[in-house]
Amino acid sequence: MVNMARPSLPSEDKRWRIVQGTMRKHGYSRNALIETLHTVQQSFGFLDKDAIRFVASSLRVPPSQAYGVATFYHLFQLRPPGKHTCQVCLGTACFINGAERLMKHAEKSLGIQAGETTPDGEVSLLAVRCVGSCSFAPVMIFDEKTHSYAKSETLDEQLQAWRQP
Amino acid sequence: MMSHEELEQTTAKVQQEQRAAGDRINVCVAAGCLSLHSDAVQKSLTDEAKKSGARCSVRGVGCMGLCSAGPVVSHEPAQAVAAEDKTTAQPTRLYGGVQPGHAAKIVASLNQEPVRELAIDTAMPFFAKQTKIVLENSGSINPESIEEYIAAGGYRALLRALHEMTPAEVVQEISASGLRGRGGAGYPTGLKWATVARAAGATKYVICNADEGDPGAFMDRSVLESDPHRVLEGMILAAYAVGASQGYIYLRAEYPLAVQRLGVAIREAKRMGLLGAEIAGTRMSLHLEIRLGAGAFVCGEETALIASIEGRRGTPQPRPPYPAESGLWNSPTLINNVETYANVSPILARGSAWYAAQGTAKSKGTKVFALSGKARNTGLIEVPMGMTLREIIFDIGGGVPAGHTFKAVQTGGPSGGCIPESLLDIPVDYDSLMQAGSIMGSGGMIVMDDSSCMVSVARFFMEFCMSESCGKCVPCRAGTAQMHGLLTRITEGVATHRDLDLLVRLCEMVGATSLCGLGQTAPNPVLSTLRYFKNEYLAHIEDKHCPAGVCECATTPAEVNA
Repeated sequence: MVNMARPSLPSEDKRWRIVQGTMRKHGYSRNALIETLHTVQQSFGFLDKDAIRFVASSLRVPPSQAYGVATFYHLFQLRPPGKHTCQVCLGTACFINGAERLMKHAEKSLGIQAGETTPDGEVSLLAVRCVGSCSFAPVMIFDEKTHSYAKSETLDEQLQAWRQP
Repeated sequence: MMSHEELEQTTAKVQQEQRAAGDRINVCVAAGCLSLHSDAVQKSLTDEAKKSGARCSVRGVGCMGLCSAGPVVSHEPAQAVAAEDKTTAQPTRLYGGVQPGHAAKIVASLNQEPVRELAIDTAMPFFAKQTKIVLENSGSINPESIEEYIAAGGYRALLRALHEMTPAEVVQEISASGLRGRGGAGYPTGLKWATVARAAGATKYVICNADEGDPGAFMDRSVLESDPHRVLEGMILAAYAVGASQGYIYLRAEYPLAVQRLGVAIREAKRMGLLGAEIAGTRMSLHLEIRLGAGAFVCGEETALIASIEGRRGTPQPRPPYPAESGLWNSPTLINNVETYANVSPILARGSAWYAAQGTAKSKGTKVFALSGKARNTGLIEVPMGMTLREIIFDIGGGVPAGHTFKAVQTGGPSGGCIPESLLDIPVDYDSLMQAGSIMGSGGMIVMDDSSCMVSVARFFMEFCMSESCGKCVPCRAGTAQMHGLLTRITEGVATHRDLDLLVRLCEMVGATSLCGLGQTAPNPVLSTLRYFKNEYLAHIEDKHCPAGVCECATTPAEVNA
């Protein structure tokens, strides 16, 4: 009889039950690693070390493998995201319509590089690779909302709106 | 248990309901128009229709193609909805740039003249020059209704194959059609199916590659958002042909709407007994699951995609063994792209001879392209293989905006190349595009005019390959970084002729020695721009000047002119 003991939940937080649910759905199979990390990120917004360790031991994969997967895929975030996210599409159609300039403007306005979050935790700046809205290039996505034919002013206005109490 | 009779009953029921509902107003609710808030347009049209008491229905449909005119709305007069022969029926009206405020006008126009200021000419070459096989239902059916797919002729090919054809006969039909893989490489689909069908193994898998990673490509997303059942039907037929009972659809997590609509389609197909155990009362079973990608371009490579489904880092394996012999969990695995599967049911429904009669000698059927960049009309198009690039860009696309001149068209994404004006009369097929130094690729087609700098475009694609390199093999990991550095030097106006020579040597080395397609094709954008636009490279190196005025070279164009 294999020892079926599973690690205890990292905390009382109810969201761990959701994570557990994904693993149970896949019969705690090792190949559910990516699916489970998706659930962690959806539930908590990012993957921290405790989460990766918990998932690794639950699925019986070496922590190195889980960490390797978490760092390999661009979608997985290892740091908490800002309150708002600003994504600049850097697909080909957006690129030839001036997305690089938009990104430079965003980096300058926010004082951070793509992939970083402002020190006050307000805004994360991300580069995305083609969201498929190529006909409306360049495209920016503020939180969930897509902005077509984006300009530097589009960003300025959004940042101002976010700063208002 | 689903039978032919039930399909016909469903069809009759849907058609009766549609006739009873009168005029139809269709709003595009695929991701493109949705990002222009077509959901608000749909809502106000629904409200206005209710308020006016007009005999009409308002519904959400998939992509109608002309994204640059979004949000797009079409109006099918009641007579056209009911007509058996659509060619003689009153034509469908098409409206572009529709805002919620236009709703009342559109509803009031139902039995009147069309709303002039919103009307799109449906006879223009953008529509007239297209041939729709993959996209035939896109924009005319509700993607979340299996009944509407059935009423449009769906799932008949599947039932006929299950009841009247052997798996070998299905493979034979696909082989005879001449269909080649639409993911980009163009491998004969029938040959791939035959290899998996022949492979020894009790367990086999079918996989749909929906990891559309090429920047500037949104064909697969649009097909999945507009007509998901077409892809499912193709996959079920493939599973029957090769003897698989488990399948996966590997889909980009960046496409939440496609994920949701495909999920609905899978549930609906199961409910109708067209998916799951004992499909349509036969012994054939297929269980399909969606697997979400997590943002890695290399996972479009089939062995990397398999590694990702297995829950590992998406790094490729050397081939052979090919997945057809040893793929997912070392079992024989069939991997095809979304568009390839979308072609399967029409081929079986209308016969391989019909399909093979379209296209060129070696490239049959049609190809879907995502036309974007500096063209007047942009969006999703489907053309017969063999159409020239000039017809696509200047007739369908309407050419470049006024005041600019065409410079190049980019096909094949980071694995493809830039084709100049002098070659626009080549036919679009796998072999001609490769001879021109590009590739067919999955279908991204980006038009560039004189405002684009070709060195900067090459650097853009190299930056993409560099950051997407999985790091497993040295030529790709280190080579793309070195090439990117050299291209950056050129764009900054600080490179020498020796840098250019080194760049060319690196292109050859990385192309010849990389493990997978990502590295092997990474030099293509550089090589093709060097081949056709070498003067732009030389201008950056010798004159420290960017002819397009894009790069911030050491000297500005103004200083050069002074």
